[in-house]
Amino acid sequence: MERKTIDLEQCWDYMQKGITKLMKILRERHDEFMLRELEERWITHKVMVRWLSRFFHYLDQYFIAGRYLPPLNAVGLTCFRHLVYMEVRDNARKAVITRIDKEREGEQIDRSLLKNVVDIFVEMDQYEEDFEVQMLEDTANYYKSKATNWIEVESCPDYMLKAEDCLRRERERVTHYLHFSTEQKLVEKVQHELLVTHANQLLDGVRALLRDDKVEDLSRMYRLYQKIPKGLDPVANVFKQHVTAEGTALVQQAEEASSLVRKFIELHDKYMTYVNDCFINHTLFHKALKEAFEVFCNKNAAATFCDNILKKGGSDEAIEETLDKVVKLLAYISDKDLYAEFYRKKLARRLLFDRSANEDHEKCILTKLKQQCGGQFTSKMEGMVMDLTLARDNQMKFEEYLRDNTHGIDLTVTVLTTGFWPSYKSSDLNLPVEMLKCVEVFKEFYETKTKHRKLTWIHSLGTCHIIGKFEPKTIELVVSTYQAAALLLFNSAHKLSYSEIMMQLNLTHEDVILSKEPNTTTISPNDTFEFNYKFTDKMRRIKIPLPPVDERKKVIEDVDKDRRYAIDAAIVRIMKSRKVLGHQQLVLECVQQLGCMFKPDIKAIKKRIEDLITRDYLERDKENPNTFNYLA
Amino acid sequence: MPRPKRKAAVPTRSSDADSSARPEPKKPRGNQFNRIDQLFESYVNKTLGLIDPEGIEALCNDVNVNHTDVRMLIFAWKMKAEKQGYFSKDEWRRGLKCLGADTRPKLKKAIEGLDKELKVPECFEDFYSYAFQYCLTEEKQRSVDIETICELLNIVLKSEFPNQVNLLVEYLKVQNDYRALNMDQWRSFYRFFKEVDFHDLENYDSSQAWTVIIDNFVEWLKEKEKN
Repeated sequence: MERKTIDLEQCWDYMQKGITKLMKILRERHDEFMLRELEERWITHKVMVRWLSRFFHYLDQYFIAGRYLPPLNAVGLTCFRHLVYMEVRDNARKAVITRIDKEREGEQIDRSLLKNVVDIFVEMDQYEEDFEVQMLEDTANYYKSKATNWIEVESCPDYMLKAEDCLRRERERVTHYLHFSTEQKLVEKVQHELLVTHANQLLDGVRALLRDDKVEDLSRMYRLYQKIPKGLDPVANVFKQHVTAEGTALVQQAEEASSLVRKFIELHDKYMTYVNDCFINHTLFHKALKEAFEVFCNKNAAATFCDNILKKGGSDEAIEETLDKVVKLLAYISDKDLYAEFYRKKLARRLLFDRSANEDHEKCILTKLKQQCGGQFTSKMEGMVMDLTLARDNQMKFEEYLRDNTHGIDLTVTVLTTGFWPSYKSSDLNLPVEMLKCVEVFKEFYETKTKHRKLTWIHSLGTCHIIGKFEPKTIELVVSTYQAAALLLFNSAHKLSYSEIMMQLNLTHEDVILSKEPNTTTISPNDTFEFNYKFTDKMRRIKIPLPPVDERKKVIEDVDKDRRYAIDAAIVRIMKSRKVLGHQQLVLECVQQLGCMFKPDIKAIKKRIEDLITRDYLERDKENPNTFNYLA
Repeated sequence: MPRPKRKAAVPTRSSDADSSARPEPKKPRGNQFNRIDQLFESYVNKTLGLIDPEGIEALCNDVNVNHTDVRMLIFAWKMKAEKQGYFSKDEWRRGLKCLGADTRPKLKKAIEGLDKELKVPECFEDFYSYAFQYCLTEEKQRSVDIETICELLNIVLKSEFPNQVNLLVEYLKVQNDYRALNMDQWRSFYRFFKEVDFHDLENYDSSQAWTVIIDNFVEWLKEKEKN
């Protein structure tokens, strides 16, 4: 075959002509056709350049390189760039973006076409400037208008479905025909337009979702907003408000305490599941739940609830679980010491009147409380439980003693260590003869066991079984010691006036509690009481209840007093170690130290500081009245 | 006379800021001393060896100043008198030396002009604290009852802060939280008047180390303003 030598110049000419022709074609075509043409020409061009550089490889390698001139394929690129790309880029871009928008609207488009065209931009190294910027702006506009439309028309769940869908598609788009670096920016734009701009309206929707328990939609909401910085804060806030509202509603409808607490537990469980499932255990939501519960958790209710559970029976596991949950609720109560006091009082009653269902349960809950709140919280109560175990042993020995000494009495005594138990009023009841004997006997017995201990009898807590010989039939009455004493008086007299009773028993007004002696409902000093021979009941044995005593006020008073001491102690402790401290710092540290038991009131702290100044523990600094000095 | 032992609640730098500690390098001359002592003798209660309330009454007549006048209190302050209603010889000497008075007319003139002594702020603060101290009549007493506080406020602060004193006295009479106040609270009143503008109570910050009674007073003032 003839070798045809081709002039370099001629080659150049050919190339020029080819390109000019190309340009002409491109100018005439539009949109998709233009793109196709462009694509085809570009591919062809690349092939041509490749072949050319193979043809001229020798020159390329030895001639051009030596002269620091660009190699042939570089030139080829540059040519294309200057002669074609610069001219067509705007139109190409517009065309591509139009295609993209069409695809967004649901039309099928030729993705590989777009990919190739986009590649041109990439290879021209102009991807970002010439293509991406515009594309992103267009995307933003597109979604802005969509969002404005949807937010009016769609419900919140549907809107979010659409949003999620859009995001998914955009990501897909990137993998198919855009440069991977675009993904992040693109997604941000879409999120911004769809989720951030209309966040407020969507949040209203969240409220509805929470109300209607739409778990799926809530999960979606979480997924969507999680990617947005600070996106979850308002959602968590709405969540908190919702839970708080529900809890407060429960409190207001409050029936009795135990059902209230059960409802709290249910509420807590329900929303904890939400936190775990929908909100994937995110700390923000844990915090929201916690803060919500702190607002409405009621301390007295919690103590009463524990009381109820431990009183009755029930299967072991159920109880243990419920106890667990109640103790968790405790974390939300800020005045733990108040709760502790109530609990202690009720525990005392349970233990003393043997109403506790199960000692193991009592121990179990104490262990849990200890874990939650520290040893200080439970030390007294543990002492109480121990006392009871000791008391039982003691009682057995006493019964032995009784048998050995044949006194013919039936007496059970529980000896308590004063420090552990709540303080009870002891009074000088004039015991009837029969009871006096019992007391004496026990005293003797106790002396044999331990010396140097003082026994104080708390009759207000005692119970007595009395056999009442009524005319119809004999009935056994279970009464308190005071009631028994009153009744026994009637052994010697048929009728007694109130003041006589009081005198005989040596009691004050508050102590005398009348059982439901027939014919009396209220009491006045001149009322007389008569033993009703005809009293009867179908039961053989009746328990006569004591009128209920409201301990709440007393407990609150006690706790307040304890708190004052606690604050004093904390202030002195802090000042002793720091010697000099500013007021704000002091208050802060005080609150911190006492936080595990209760939340001290700033004013209360101030008052205690004043008191300590008067007592010369502290002084206000002369130079700086906002600072205090410790006085040794 | 047994001096009651107190912990250092009395400002200890009084001796520095006391305007009466004028540089006095020269010792009083014998004559002067004698005259001062003679004056003392003219009012003294012979059995006690102190000037007692009767003597003070006589003094007041002579200098023509009421015994409830603030100047008598300032006089007591100059003397650093420890027990209300009584002046000892040392205290008398101290006081009259400070005033530079050794005759009755000089004394009269000096006492008349005593209210000018308080112009210097440090002096006033010292005097202000002293006024409270002076009311602690019992051993180990740390607080003064509200009635006396009100009177004291009128005597000591009314000239400088008339409106404020009136309001504070009104409040003290209606409140129930405190029956008596301690030195710290007393001092806080003066500080409060100095530092806080009654027309600008919104800026008052109760989280600062103001005493609780001041916090309550501000709340009361705000309530009053609303009505």
